[in-house]
Amino acid sequence: MSLLAPARRTFRAAAEAILPAATTLDESGWASVERIVQDALAQRPRKAQRQIVMFLRVLNVYPVLRHRRRFSELPRETRERVLHDLERARHVLLRRGVWGLRTLVFMGYYTQPVHSASIGYRASPRGWKALRT
Amino acid sequence: MSEAVTCDVAIVGSGAGGGTVAAALAPLVGDGLRVVVFEQGPRLRDDEFDGGELTMAPVLYEDGGGFLTADGTMTLAFGRVYGGSTVVYTGTSLVAPERVIRGWRVPGLLASDLAERSAKYMQQNNVHLLSPEEINDNNRLFAEGCHAAGFTAEQFPINVRGCVGSSLCNLGCPNAAKQGTHRVQLPAAETQGVEVVTRAEVLRVDPQKLRVRVSEKPPGGKGEPSTWAPGEYDVRARVIVAAGGSVGTSALLLRSGLRARLPRLGHGFTCHPAFILVAEHAQPITNWVGHPKSFFLDRAEEEGFVLETCMYFPFTTAKNLTGLGTEHAAMMQAFERLQMILVLACDRPVEENRIEVDRSGRPVVHYTFTPAVVESLAAATRAAARIFFGAGAVRVHAPTADPHIITREDTERLDERITAEHFVPGTTSVSAAHLMGGCGMGGSAASSVCDAWGRVHGVPWLRVADSSLFPDALQINPYLTVMALADRTAEAVRRDLPELSMVAAT
Repeated sequence: MSLLAPARRTFRAAAEAILPAATTLDESGWASVERIVQDALAQRPRKAQRQIVMFLRVLNVYPVLRHRRRFSELPRETRERVLHDLERARHVLLRRGVWGLRTLVFMGYYTQPVHSASIGYRASPRGWKALRT
Repeated sequence: MSEAVTCDVAIVGSGAGGGTVAAALAPLVGDGLRVVVFEQGPRLRDDEFDGGELTMAPVLYEDGGGFLTADGTMTLAFGRVYGGSTVVYTGTSLVAPERVIRGWRVPGLLASDLAERSAKYMQQNNVHLLSPEEINDNNRLFAEGCHAAGFTAEQFPINVRGCVGSSLCNLGCPNAAKQGTHRVQLPAAETQGVEVVTRAEVLRVDPQKLRVRVSEKPPGGKGEPSTWAPGEYDVRARVIVAAGGSVGTSALLLRSGLRARLPRLGHGFTCHPAFILVAEHAQPITNWVGHPKSFFLDRAEEEGFVLETCMYFPFTTAKNLTGLGTEHAAMMQAFERLQMILVLACDRPVEENRIEVDRSGRPVVHYTFTPAVVESLAAATRAAARIFFGAGAVRVHAPTADPHIITREDTERLDERITAEHFVPGTTSVSAAHLMGGCGMGGSAASSVCDAWGRVHGVPWLRVADSSLFPDALQINPYLTVMALADRTAEAVRRDLPELSMVAAT
């Protein structure tokens, strides 16, 4: 079973909040993102793997008291606000959790040439020649 | 069951330190001695450098570039490949400042000696200034912005040969232009008979002995298989030169039980904590093409920081921008219009900042941002903002501001908008690539680990040749100084070798 499987819904909900462009991903787009994240997680120490899954579980129940709904059930804008709040949390573990999660989301998305090209990044081993042709 | 191997000199690591020692000691092979370099990472073929963030980072960097400090608030980047970090740096080649070396107060170490040795390697590595037509907008705007803000930018000498401006230095040059040890010193050493064993992790060192584990090439992975068969080896050597970098060497010596006799082992860690600042211009600029690091502003002595031009790839940029969501996405969408500056704080050794190992022997780096470092980062951000606006930027993303976006209307209020109190460890993305200390040089085992020639106090068979030797931060890019110090270590090995006979195997 994949590492993300138990928290896939929360992961996708968080990814859309972190990276609005993720709302346009179809199932194969999500599969590409998740494959990269999975591979990255697989190379991390087991403790780090457990921490990210645990953080996703905590994240999903975190808004219940205030918003009466789980994180994955909230509108995207509200999810973004929840993550902003956690970024400023007093406890460093929560701040680190957001930092780790956003790192994985950005890795899953921006390392794909199709997405990096969409923001205008066109670096090439050919350097200046590539710019002029 | 481990295999036994004997050599005269064993070198651990193949980066700026190990590669330099290998080349300097290569003539010994002609005298009938055996010199072996052990590198934990793989040796890549030229055609395997494809410039991809996802394909290269996991191969070239420890932990794929995601090595975190113990509390997870800073990422440390260091190479783990044939050539070490010289494969992934930008090739900036600066001579150690005289005031810094004087301040180190290492008996027997003179700035003039380091400068002389640095000059030798600058020549070897084809260090020169890029011509004006090779400078991209991202760099040119920094120089212009400095001038407008009342600063003087300096140009980095760099060690390239045939650079076509791919901008992919940090992912390993795809054009073999960067003159790291993988291009210059190691091939020269191998030509003379030095052996380089890749995929070889040195697990521990004992008196004149190393335990080495050689790994198999993973299926479908990049790089050549090791020249040694996978398995564990006991390597006997008259002298062992540890050159695995600040973290690697400190961890190796710690898990080998050397702290008992060297109480300062792992201490004195500094790293020039850094973060990226980006500013948006109204028009596209050339940023993803051209050498990424042509200029710097040295304010180390006056304000404790250095600013450097930089250009990172989309994921690295996204990770290093503070925040998330709509505002973050808008900045990333402006990628073609982004100018980038790397802010580095000149940190000082403090007792909490040190290298340890966990129960499995893996390095653990403890690092706390001191108030002085945070203040330096804030001051650096204010200076960078002035430079950005001086260069014509319309808005600046500043991690030490709340809100993070600063517009031209804020230019009169930068001192109140950008302050140390907005620096939040664990939220502000901080990284470091200039890892220093852990086996600092000094006069005795009570206050240091090595002497000025890289000799470990009281351990004649063990030498160090990397940035772990620095007793304090260098305050500039360190690789050339590492090479100069490694040159001294090699000289001392040559001098001492006749007296270092192999003790009887135990």
